[in-house]
Amino acid sequence: MSTETKVKKSEGLFSKKNQKLITDPFNDNNPITVQVLGICSALAITVKLEPAIVMSISVMFVLGLGNVVISLIRNLIPNRIRIIVQLVIVAALVIIVDQVLKAFVYDVSKQLSVFVGLIITNCIIMGRFEAFALANTPWKSFMDGIGNAVGYGVILIIVAFFRELLGSGSLMGFQVIPDSWYIANGGFYANNGFMLFPPMALIVVGIIIWAQRAKNTKLIEENN
Amino acid sequence: MNVNSNGYTYGFATILVVLVAVILASLAMGLKPFQQANVTKEKKQNILQSIGLDVDRDQAETQFPEFITGQYVIQNGKVVSEDGAAAFNIDMAKAIKVVSTEREVPLYVAEKDGGKFYIIPLRGKGLWGPVWGFISLESDGKTVYGATFGHKGETPGLGAEITTDAFTSQFKGKSLDDADFTIYVVKKGKGMAPNSDVDGISGGTITSDGVNDMIQDCLNAYKPYLETI
Repeated sequence: MSTETKVKKSEGLFSKKNQKLITDPFNDNNPITVQVLGICSALAITVKLEPAIVMSISVMFVLGLGNVVISLIRNLIPNRIRIIVQLVIVAALVIIVDQVLKAFVYDVSKQLSVFVGLIITNCIIMGRFEAFALANTPWKSFMDGIGNAVGYGVILIIVAFFRELLGSGSLMGFQVIPDSWYIANGGFYANNGFMLFPPMALIVVGIIIWAQRAKNTKLIEENN
Repeated sequence: MNVNSNGYTYGFATILVVLVAVILASLAMGLKPFQQANVTKEKKQNILQSIGLDVDRDQAETQFPEFITGQYVIQNGKVVSEDGAAAFNIDMAKAIKVVSTEREVPLYVAEKDGGKFYIIPLRGKGLWGPVWGFISLESDGKTVYGATFGHKGETPGLGAEITTDAFTSQFKGKSLDDADFTIYVVKKGKGMAPNSDVDGISGGTITSDGVNDMIQDCLNAYKPYLETI
């Protein structure tokens, strides 16, 4: 109780409004399932769980930091070249991520290979720069960036979970479906090779969107 | 100050680009030694793995000299250099562009449990980028003892599966084909020479074909040498 009675300043670091920046993208305004952004990478790197997790962390870094940088210089950016400026910032941050991964977590960087570079093309990042960071203070932009990255990452990890489990019978590289179940060993089970192909990611995302809308009726559009 | 004037726009763009360039360039320079060390260690690790030694990357550095007894540069059947560093530093990406009879290629000789093994580096093209690997032959220069593969950006779950044990373990015990001096990577069940072929990756046909071509092309440069032993 004592913590709640503390008087908050007009706009605390974790005020309700700021908290909403983090929690909103998680559900009501999820970048993948509601805004339908960043689908391309959701298709590409969700075959296995581990790259999906590292990808989520990388996007979190790029989006959080990028939002802060853009927000810090938002009043200096000439309007006509703002998209180019945003691109330069994303590209620079992505290269930093790539180089650091290569130097210190070499194995992970090998797993992600080209997909780290493809963070640049992730529409969520440009979308948040343009829609949020250009108009808000650095702290809010940071929260917004992290929130959206988490919203993105959660979907990525859910999709990767199902694709790896059903497609390869493993999770994080560990076999979870017992070997004796497989037809090759006299069992009844076969991995669904279809799950390894990108279109299945789309179908899994579709199912997630369906489930989410069934639960969260706010998201259902009015039928005119 | 008018941030939308032409002059400001040019100035801003210039400063931003120069600033970003400086940051990235210095970061790349600073991290280069770490990255280079990783690559060298990984190469040593891969060489050791091809003779069935399961070492992690940090052990590879110390284990490498214990098992690798010779590193030679081979050209058209002759040893042209016995300098270990010269052999180790040969860039296979450049080497494979030369016709196999004039190609200078490294050969690693390893000793393990009293046996002698020849380790041959491989390099070729996959679907999205380069693929590479090491293949080790027993002392007869003909029987495959082990193989490892790596790739730059093959499709995860499909072509990228060439690095898995399921694929590489097939090579052990196979014998190089007499006529073509290679191990064929074929579609599952389509092999013609059961003693010299392995199953490719289903769904990763182009990568599998790339590995097939790579093995044939790279081994050919060693054919004159290995046939003399």
